[in-house]
Amino acid sequence: MQPPPRADAESRAWISDLSASGVRRDDAIARLHALLLRAARFEVGRRRFLHAELRGDVVDDIALEAADDAVVAVLTRLADFRGESRFTTWAYKFALLEAAVKLRRRAWEGREIPLDPEQWEVFGSGEKSPPERAEQAELLDALRSAVDTVLTPHQRTVFGALALNGVPIDVLAERLGTSRGALYKTLHDARRKLRSHLAAVGLAIGDSDQGRRRG
Amino acid sequence: MAEHAARERLEKMLGSSGPDIGCEACFEELDRYVELDLRRADAERAVPGMRRHLEDCPACGEEYESLRALLEG
Repeated sequence: MQPPPRADAESRAWISDLSASGVRRDDAIARLHALLLRAARFEVGRRRFLHAELRGDVVDDIALEAADDAVVAVLTRLADFRGESRFTTWAYKFALLEAAVKLRRRAWEGREIPLDPEQWEVFGSGEKSPPERAEQAELLDALRSAVDTVLTPHQRTVFGALALNGVPIDVLAERLGTSRGALYKTLHDARRKLRSHLAAVGLAIGDSDQGRRRG
Repeated sequence: MAEHAARERLEKMLGSSGPDIGCEACFEELDRYVELDLRRADAERAVPGMRRHLEDCPACGEEYESLRALLEG
């Protein structure tokens, strides 16, 4: 495979080596694995504090599995490298993605995913002043009404899990047998419908050009 | 403003309005975007809508932060 013309010299060398055969390719794959293992370990190290329940050896295994899968992904998609970044930067993202997804899925293994609207923990608990409680109750009523009125059952499930209960998108994608991209599209459409409905009842939210709450 | 915490939470839940490049395009552009960002180039101009997606999609946002931190490391 020819390296992309715009790639820098080091990136071109990576593509040439990984596209070669025999010892040259084997050596390049070994270097690539070492590079991606470093990235995967970096990622699990960054997120370690979020997953205190995972044992150290489990976390190490996750990093190794992530590096293995990332090498396969890079080799499979080598022709997609356009040379618009350094090759190593392009390759790193596969390792970071694999490590992050594996960590999130492992952390949610065996956990029930809240899909029932009754389980929504929208605004959390804790001490609130009377005005805060009043505003919260009003917004919650409006949100529940909007969700019931304008979302399809699938949009309700996806919005409830991702936006209200903080279920990681990769975890929900795996449970529902779909892709992260498809779920995000569903979430985006649901959010757009909810913002539009809330604006129509006088609760314009966020950066909508319909302005802030009326009255 | 403490009394608007619920509204801010709701705004976060509902994301921002307008077009969104989605997770697949975000992943495709992530390496270029981060390198431009680190060079203080106009990454958002090169990949319109990327910043909005990174803010609205926690998973992609985390992966952006990780790649940036790894390169800065």
